[in-house]
Formats: sequence, C-alpha cells, structure tokens
Amino acid sequence: MALTLRAALVSLLLFGTFIGAWHLATRGSGPVASMDPEYAKLVGATASQGKSAMPGPADVGLKIWQHLKDPFYDRGSNDKGLGIQLAYSIARVMIGYLMAVAVAIPVGFLIGMSPLMSRALDPFIQVLKPISPLAWMPLALYTIKDSSLSSIFVIFICSLWPMLINTAFGVAAVRKEWLNVARTLEVGTFRRAFTIILPAAAPTILTGMRISIGIAWLVIVAAEMLVGGTGIGYFVWNEWNNLSITNVITAILVIGVVGMVLDQILARATKLVTFPE
Amino acid sequence: MDVEVKPRHDVRMTDKFISIEGVSKRFPSPGGGSTTVFEDLWLSMARGEFVCIIGHSGCGKTTVLNILAGLDAPSDGAVIVDNQAIEGPSLDRAVIFQSHALLPWLTVMGNVAYAVGSKWRFMHRGDLNRHAQKFIDLVGLTGAEHKRPAELSGGMKQRVGIARALSIEPKIMLMDEPFSALDALTRGTLQDEVRRICLETGQTVFMITHDVDEAIYLADRVVLMTNGPNAVLAEVVENPLPKERERNDVHRHPLYYGVRNHIIDFLVSRSKNFAEEMMGANYDRRHVPVVRPAAPSATSSVSSISPLAEKDAVRGLRSPRDNIAPAAGEAGADRIRRRADR
Repeated sequence: MALTLRAALVSLLLFGTFIGAWHLATRGSGPVASMDPEYAKLVGATASQGKSAMPGPADVGLKIWQHLKDPFYDRGSNDKGLGIQLAYSIARVMIGYLMAVAVAIPVGFLIGMSPLMSRALDPFIQVLKPISPLAWMPLALYTIKDSSLSSIFVIFICSLWPMLINTAFGVAAVRKEWLNVARTLEVGTFRRAFTIILPAAAPTILTGMRISIGIAWLVIVAAEMLVGGTGIGYFVWNEWNNLSITNVITAILVIGVVGMVLDQILARATKLVTFPE
Repeated sequence: MDVEVKPRHDVRMTDKFISIEGVSKRFPSPGGGSTTVFEDLWLSMARGEFVCIIGHSGCGKTTVLNILAGLDAPSDGAVIVDNQAIEGPSLDRAVIFQSHALLPWLTVMGNVAYAVGSKWRFMHRGDLNRHAQKFIDLVGLTGAEHKRPAELSGGMKQRVGIARALSIEPKIMLMDEPFSALDALTRGTLQDEVRRICLETGQTVFMITHDVDEAIYLADRVVLMTNGPNAVLAEVVENPLPKERERNDVHRHPLYYGVRNHIIDFLVSRSKNFAEEMMGANYDRRHVPVVRPAAPSATSSVSSISPLAEKDAVRGLRSPRDNIAPAAGEAGADRIRRRADR
C-alpha cells in the first residue's frame, strides 16, 4: 500500500477516535430525574438529561452546516455571517501584510547589500523585534484614532520582522561567485539587484513571507478581540459573551482552515522560486 | 653563461598586451602586521598567447587571476592591459570559474544570453538568442539550451561556463582551474575544444592549472610560481612543442619529457627552496628567467646545484642522450596513452 494511502488511513482513524471520544464525553447520561417536560425544557438539557455543557460533535457539525449554508447574512452589528467576519479579517491581514512586504523587502535589500546600514539598523531591529505586536495597540489607537486601522497597523508591525530579517539574510548570503559573475559582466547595481540577488535570495525571502503570514493570522484574532466591531476575532469573543460554545468551536476550526490555506499559498510560491543546485 | 638566462623582457618587448607590473598582495595578519601572499610580480603576455601558471595551493595563483580579472585589487603595483591600467572588472576580460558559477535559476540559454545581454545592452531578444545559440553550438551543447544547470553533468556545466565567457567576445580569457573538477575523459575533450576555440579565435588566455600535462598540451609558456607566503614567479618555461600539437602524440615529442620533468622537479623540490636557490644568483624579479627545457636530463632534478649550472643542464648544453631517464618517462607516457584511449 502506498505510504500516502496508509497515512490517510491513520489520519482518518485518529479523527474517528477523536470524534468518538468527544461524542462519548459530551453526550447526556439519560434523564437525571423525572420531571415535567415543560420544566425540563426550562432548566435545559444539562440539568435534565445530565448532558455536558460542552457541545458534542453533532452540534458543532450542525452549526458549521448552518454557517456554510448562509455565510454572508447581515442582521445588524452583532449578528453577521461567518463569511463576512472572515472577509474583514482577511482584508485587514492582507492590507497590513502587503504594507509590510512593501517596507521589509526594500529595507531588507538595503541591509543585506550595505554592511554600514546593516550595522546602523541592527540595534533598532533587535529592540523592536521582540515587542509583542499587541503592545503597540494602545499607541496605535491613540495616534491613528481608528480601531480598524489600528489592527491593520498591528498586523503590519508583526509581519515586518521575519520578512525583514530573512530578506537581509538572503541578500547578504548570495554566493560570492554569482556576484563575481555579475561584476565581470559589468552589470549595474539595479540590474544586479533584480537579476542576480533577487532570484538568488527569493527562496529565503519567501520563507520569511511565509513565517510572517502565519504570525499575522495569529495576531489578527487577538487584535480583533481587543478592538471589536468586526472580524473573526471579534466573532469569537462575541460568541463567548453569548456563551455559544458551538460557535466558538466553529470559529476555531475556521481560523485553522484559513490559516492553513494562507500558509499553503506561500508554500506553493516558495516552491516556484526555489531552484535546484 | 649569463646569455643563457635571457630576460623575457628582451624577447617580447614588442608586444606587451598584458603586463603585470610589480604586483603585490598583502593581507593584515591577526596579530598585527601583514602577511605577504606574493611580492613584486612582473610578467607580460603577448596577444594571442596561451599562458598557464602552475604552483602549489596557497601560493596566490587565484589572487593573481582575480587581480587580472579586476575582482581583487593589488596592494601594490598595477596591471596594464592593452596600454591601459585596469580598474576593476571588464567585459574585455572573461573569467571561467573553477566552480563554473552558473546561475542555477536560468537555463543554459538564459545563462549565456545573460552575458550577451550584459555586453550588448540594447540588442533585440531575437538577435541576443541567436548570438547566444552560436556559442552554445560552439561548445557542443546544441539541444540542451533549455536545461537548467542542475540537470547538466559537470562537463556540460563547464561547457556552459566556456560558452558564456566566449559569448561576450573578450580580449582575454582568464581560467581558474577550469577542468579540475572533471573526470579525465571529459577533461581531455574539453581541453581539445578550448584549444581549438582559442586558436580559432586568437584568444589571449591566462590559465591556472595543477595538471602539468594539461599545461604542456595547452600553453605556449608555463609560469612557475614558488610556494607562498612571499611567493615569486620563479621561471617562465617556454614550451618547446610546436604550436600544432595532437593530444594523442604530444607525449611522443622528443622534448615532451624534458619540459614535463623540469616542471615536476620544480613542483617537487625547487618550489619550496627557491629562495635559497636564488641566493647569490642574480635573480631579477622584473626579468623572470626564461627557460626552454631540452630532452630529459638526470641533473635537472638536483636542486642543490647552482641555478645557473642547472639551467645549463636543462637547456641541453650537455648532450641529452647521456642522461635520459626512461623509467619515469615510460610510465608517464603509459598514463597519458591510457587516458587518450579511454
């Protein structure tokens, strides 16, 4: 049997076991005490049936199905479809991330190509890099005065570092012999940057971009919990306040799937620019 | 006696296409002060000449080549090419790197066309590819244009390197052990082709090699460099073989083993004792002694005798028939023959 097939079988088995265990752990233990059906309805299944407060896989499955059937409904500021919430989050991530790309790659090139700039900027990078992106939030809210833009700024600042550092590293690590080829061919600085350094450093740069998109997607949930209004992070927090654990679990799953898709897109792109040696 | 050591200066005064003048290279050493790789090198080359430089690892051959290429700057002295001091790399001087240095993200055509496009910046895509194709065909890679370097064998990669260097139609080719990473068979074929192409195009070539046979087969003159640090150019060996040579019977030439033994003797013993050897003799760095070895002579391997006396010996002032060393010669010939037959 092919390895892929066997691995898929094991995956399915693990999934089945997990769902089964989840189902067993959350199912009701039967009527706790005989009571009037009207009263039982009033106190809820947890009290009357001994059912766990945690929703079972069937509840979550049903919820997911409902969301999938109608992802884009809008019934006011606190009741929007999962699709709309995701679209807000993805849009914020994309704007902040692309801004970070626009800054990190040119600055990374500068740092990688100029030992002077590398040393001059190093202390700033070393201090700014370890700062939790959320620590910027109050400052962003105070200066930008817009919650949505503030979360975009937080995405920008957290995506910046991995891309910047990887670009600088990739550019600085371009093989001397390739640069010597360019020198003996009297290739100018700009042409050298685009035709030698960029393709040579592209795999490293894209690896940085892949790390960044992962971090950005992690951070957006937290940022939206803080600023509220719209987005998948806000949705999770809102459903927690509604005590709808089913919706919270659904959102967690969706966050995971979207994160995986974003990562895979960058993985594909990395594959495209990687060259065999 | 002095007339025997003719300064090469007098011989080729007329055409100094490349002139290395008093070039030194020093690196700062860790404990302060500086380490001298080589000091005060003087050498000139004529247009269309094929010069090989031989010396042990670490003597600074590659640094000399990099200085000629303009990739490295000398600590002292200058290199004059075509009456102009060089200041950095130039499209007039193509380099063939030991590690071939192909751009792995480009195809064979892409690599050659990149060089062509660097020389003729405003050439049309079609002309550019046609020009590149001509040189891909020249090195026998027709049909492999769209392969990437990773799909090519070592020999094919080096062919691309040669095509790339030739495609910019340089005045000078600088080769840093271009064949050292190849198997013997491929090396032989590529040597033949480089020789053919260089003769056809009248290239001036400066090549580093460790392979004595390769140097004798390809070079008009072989420059011997002593061990570093403080390396010097010890001798310039004029290749007595006719310009028209055939790989298969170059070793049958009566003078072949004279040259070969002379170079090997130098590498084995004289390269490290050259300073002592020159003590007292009027060795002049500016006029590196030129020798033209004769047929094998037993005395040429003795390094303790005075350099001038030795030169008498290798120059065949004594009858070479008196002291032929057939043992070493025969073994060597067998090796060459085997290589050629493969």
